[in-house]
Amino acid sequence: MGAISLRKVVKRYGSGATANQVIHGVDAEVADGEFVVIVGPSGCGKSTLLRMVAGLEEISDGEISIAGRVVNRLEPAERNIAMVFQNYALYPHMTVFDNMAYGLRIAKVPVAEIRTRVDQAAKILELGAFLARKPRELSGGQRQRVAMGRAIVRKPAVFLFDEPLSNLDAKLRAQTRLEIQKLHGELRTTSLFVTHDQVEAMTLAERMVVMNAGRIEQIGTPDEVYHRPATTFVAGFIGSPPMNLVRGRASGAGFQAGGQLLPLAAPAPRDGELVVGVRPEHVELVDRPAAATWPLRVQAIEMLGAERLVYGVLGETLFTVRLDATMPHPKIGDVVGLRAEPGHLHWFDAASSARVEGPLAPTAAS
Amino acid sequence: MVERSPVLDAASHVVLLLGVLVIAFPVYLTFIASTQTSQEIVQVPMSLAPGTSMLETYRVALVGGVTSVGGRVSSVAHMMWVSLVSALVIAIGKIAISLLSAFALVYFRFPFRTLVFWMIFITLMVPVEVRIFPTYKVVSDLGMLNTYAGLTVPLIASATATFLFRQFFLTVPDELVEAARIDGAGPMRFFKDVLVPLSATSIAALFVIQFIYGWNQYLWPLLMTTDESMYPVVMGIKRMFGGGDAANEWNVIMATAILAMIPPAVVVLVMQRWFVKGLVDSEK
Repeated sequence: MGAISLRKVVKRYGSGATANQVIHGVDAEVADGEFVVIVGPSGCGKSTLLRMVAGLEEISDGEISIAGRVVNRLEPAERNIAMVFQNYALYPHMTVFDNMAYGLRIAKVPVAEIRTRVDQAAKILELGAFLARKPRELSGGQRQRVAMGRAIVRKPAVFLFDEPLSNLDAKLRAQTRLEIQKLHGELRTTSLFVTHDQVEAMTLAERMVVMNAGRIEQIGTPDEVYHRPATTFVAGFIGSPPMNLVRGRASGAGFQAGGQLLPLAAPAPRDGELVVGVRPEHVELVDRPAAATWPLRVQAIEMLGAERLVYGVLGETLFTVRLDATMPHPKIGDVVGLRAEPGHLHWFDAASSARVEGPLAPTAAS
Repeated sequence: MVERSPVLDAASHVVLLLGVLVIAFPVYLTFIASTQTSQEIVQVPMSLAPGTSMLETYRVALVGGVTSVGGRVSSVAHMMWVSLVSALVIAIGKIAISLLSAFALVYFRFPFRTLVFWMIFITLMVPVEVRIFPTYKVVSDLGMLNTYAGLTVPLIASATATFLFRQFFLTVPDELVEAARIDGAGPMRFFKDVLVPLSATSIAALFVIQFIYGWNQYLWPLLMTTDESMYPVVMGIKRMFGGGDAANEWNVIMATAILAMIPPAVVVLVMQRWFVKGLVDSEK
C-alpha cells in the first residue's frame, strides 16, 4: 500500500522578496505499485521533488501524502520509504550485512527477523557471497545492489531512486536497469525514480513525469509521451535525436517558415503562428525536391552503424533525418526532398508551446 | 632519489647515520649514566660502557628512599602515575570535547554558529603560556590547585583538534547523513554509529599527539602544584637537581629521565600503524 499524492507542492529557498522558488505548485498522483519515472534536464527540480517526498527537504507549500497519510511534518524514517542514492551512500566502515541491517536494528526488529530479511534480500540481489565484505571491496555494480538491498529489507511502502544508475558504466547500467525492472515485477512496490536519462525513463517507466524548470510538462506512459508530446519542451527532450521543430505561420495547405513555404498534405489544425514538429525517424527522403516535399540542404552525415543521421537546413531551421543504414543516402551539399505523413506531424502553439490537436491526431499505437 | 649510484647511496647513509647519532647518542648516554654509581658518573671522562648498579639505581628511583650517597629522593613511580593519569585525561578529554564540538559545528544549525567557530579558531593563536596567569587565577579560585582536575581541565580545550575533526566531518558525504536519517538514526546515533567509527584513524593520531603533549607538560604543573604527591614526572626530574652545593644524584636523575621516556615511546610504538594511517589517508 503506497500511493503517493502531490498536491500543489512548492519549494522555495529563502523567504520574502529574495525567495528563490524552484518548484512551482506540482500536482501528481502515483498509484499503489506503480513505477513512475521523473525525467528532466539538470536543474529542473526533479531531485528536489524526490527529496521532498523522502523528507530530506522541507515542503514550502502544498501537501505530500504517502499511502493516504499526509507526511509534510514527518521525519524520513517515519514515512515508510526507502531511498537509493546516486553515490550509494553506504556506510564505509560497516559490512554489507550491517549496511542492510542498520535501519532494522534502529527500528528494534528482532535479530532473527533481521537475519532472514537480509538473507532474503541478499538472495534476490545475488549478494550472498559478499555479506561479510566492506563496501570498498565491492565493485560499483555490487555497491549499487547493496544500496538496493538496504532499501528492500525495510519493506517500505515506497522506493525512491535518485539517479541510481548514473555512476555505472554503460554496460552495467543497461544490466542494472533490467534488474530493477525485474525486481519491481517481483516486489510490486510503488517506485519513484529520478533520472535525466531518457532511455532509462522510457524503459523503466510505467508512467513518466517530464519536468522542466520546476513545473510538470507532461505526465503519461512512455508511449503517450513519445507519440503525443504535450509541449515543445517534451517534444524536444524525449527522443534521440530530438524531434525537429520548425516555427512558422500556417495558412491553408501551406506553412511559411523563415522565407520558405512548406506545402502541407493536410492543413494544419488551425491557421496562425504555430510550431510544427516531426521526428527524425518519421521523415522520408525523396531524391529530388518535388512539389509536395520540403527541400533540405544536407550539411553533415553521421554513420552510427544501424542507422545514418542526415543533418541539414530547412529554410533557416536545423533539421535531422534518421535513415536506415541500408537505405541510399544523399551526399553533403545535396538538396533533397522531405516527406512526412500528416499523421506524424505534431502541432504546437507558438506562444504557449502547448500541443494543438488537429483532426488527424497521431495514433498512440506504434 | 631517481638514479641509483654507489656514491649517492653511501652519502645518504652517512647523512642518516649522522642523524641517528645526533638523536640516539644522548639517549644512550642517559641510559649508560643511569646504570652507573654516583661516583662513576663524575669521573672524567665518563665511561661509555654500562655500569654495575643498574638495578639498584632504578629501584631507588622507582620507589624512592635513601640513595647510596645518602640523599633522599621521592618515588618516581608515583610521579609517573600522576603523569599517566593527567596525560590520559588530557588526551581522552581533548578528543571527546573536540569530536562533540566539531559535530555541533558541522551538523547543527544554531544561532551564531560561524561566530562560535571563529572564536574557537582564534584561540589557536593564543598559546597556553599567554593565558597562564588568568588560568591560574581561575583554577585557584575554583580550589583546584594540587588536584588532577587542576592539572588537566585547563589543558583539555583544543582548537586544533576541533578544527581537525571539523575538516574531516566536512568531507563526509551529505548522503551518508541522509541515508542515516532514512534509516531512522537520530543525531547522536549517527554520531556514535557512523561519525566516530569513520574518525577512528584521526582519533588514533590525535591520541598519540595529545598523550605526548599531556605527558610533557612542564610549565603548568610547575605553577599549580605545590604538593609533592601531585608532581608529574617531567617536573620531578627538575626537582631532583639539588640547589646550591648539594650533590646531584646524577645516576638517579638519569634513571628517572629514562623512565619518563618509556610511556610516550610505548604509545607511539603501539599506535604507530594507526598514527601514520591517520595522518596519511582518510578512509571514506
